[in-house]
Amino acid sequence: MTQGITTTGLAFYGVFFASIFTSNILLTNFLGMCSFLAISKEVKASVGLGVAVAFVIGITSVLNWLAYYYILVPLDLVYLRYIVFIIIIAAFVQLLEMIIERVSEQLYNTLGIFLPLITVNCAVFGAVLFLIIRNYNFVNSLFYGFGSGIGWAIAIIAMAGIRQKMARSRVPKGLAGPGMALIIAGMMAIAFMGLSGMIKIT
Amino acid sequence: MAKSKLGKVFSDDLGKNNPVFAQILGICSTLAVTNVLRNTVIMCAGLVFTTALSNYTVSLMRKYIPTRTRMMIETMIIAVYVIIVDIVLRAYLPDVSRELGPYVGLIITNCIVMGRTEAYALQNPPWLSFVDGIASGIGYSYVLIAIAVVREVLGSGAIWGIKILGSGWTNWSILAMAPGGFFMLAIFIWIVKGRGAKEEEVKAK
Repeated sequence: MTQGITTTGLAFYGVFFASIFTSNILLTNFLGMCSFLAISKEVKASVGLGVAVAFVIGITSVLNWLAYYYILVPLDLVYLRYIVFIIIIAAFVQLLEMIIERVSEQLYNTLGIFLPLITVNCAVFGAVLFLIIRNYNFVNSLFYGFGSGIGWAIAIIAMAGIRQKMARSRVPKGLAGPGMALIIAGMMAIAFMGLSGMIKIT
Repeated sequence: MAKSKLGKVFSDDLGKNNPVFAQILGICSTLAVTNVLRNTVIMCAGLVFTTALSNYTVSLMRKYIPTRTRMMIETMIIAVYVIIVDIVLRAYLPDVSRELGPYVGLIITNCIVMGRTEAYALQNPPWLSFVDGIASGIGYSYVLIAIAVVREVLGSGAIWGIKILGSGWTNWSILAMAPGGFFMLAIFIWIVKGRGAKEEEVKAK
C-alpha cells in the first residue's frame, strides 16, 4: 500500500508506536517476506533473526539518514541514493559480523548465521526508503528505524510460535507450508489493523 | 539445440519452476502494489526489465567477478538498472511514480532478481541468461497480475481505475488492504499446488 503520508508534525512516540503496530513494516508493507517465510518455522531461529534485524534496521536508518541529508543532498547526488543506501547497509552488516565474531563466539554462533541474510532483507532497505520519502527528521527516523525493527521481530516471533503449534494439525495438502503461513500472516495483519483506530499515521 | 534450450528455459520459468509458486521468492516488494492493476503492471514491467538486463550484465562479467564479493557486485549492477527504471518513471509517469513510492527502489532487494543472477547468470552465457531473466520476470508477473485483477475488481469494483461493477456493488475493502494480499496469494498457491498434488497421485496409480 502506498498511502501519501504526512507525518512531519508527528511526535516521535507516535512514530514509534505506529511503526511497531499500526503500520507494521511486514504486515502492512509486505517487506522482508522472504526470510519471514523461510525462517519462521522455529521460534529459536526467529528470535535470533528478529533481534538481528531490529538492531540493523535501527542503526542503518540513522546512518542512511545522515548520509542522505549531509552527503547526498548537499552534493546534489540524490539520484545515487539507492546505491549509497545499499552500500551502507552491506558495509554495516559486514562490520557487525566481524565485530561479533571477535567479541563473542557464542553470540556469533546464534546470530552470525543470520547476518548475511539481512543485507538482502527488504525490510532494512524499505525502512530507509520510507523514512526519506516521508521526510522524517532525525529523531523520528531513529524511532521509526528501531520501531520497524521491533515490529518485524514481533511479527516473525509470533508467527513462529503459531507455526510450531500448528505443526501437528492437518492442513490441506496444497496449503501446507508457505500457503498456510501466508494465511496466518493475513490474520495477523487484520489483528494489527485493529489497533489502527488508536493512532492515525496512515 | 540452442532453440530447444531456449524453449526449455522459458517453459521451466513459467511453469514448474515458477518463482512465485515453486520458490516463494520475491513477493516482498511487488505484492504490496497488487491492490491496483495499473501499478502492478508497471511494477512488473520494471521488474522484467531489471531481471533481464542484470542477468545479461552479470553473465557478461561472470568470469571476472571474484566469488567473495560477488553479492556486492550483483547488487550494484541491479541497482544501476533500478535507478534507470526509477528515473524513467519519474519523467514519464510521475503519478504512478508517486503512488509506487519506495517500492520501485525495493526491486533491488527483490529476491528474484538476486536469485536469478546467483543461480543462473553466473553459470550461463549472456543471451541465455537474458532470456531466463525475461522468462522468470514474466512467470512472476502473470501471477501478480492475476492477483491484482481479483483484488481490484472485488476490492474497489474497478479495473484499471475504471468502475465496472455498478453502484450496487459493495466493496470488499479487506481485499484492497494488506491482508487481502496475503489471502489472495495463499489461495493462488493452494490452487496451483493442489492441482500439482492431484497430478502426482494420478501418476502414482
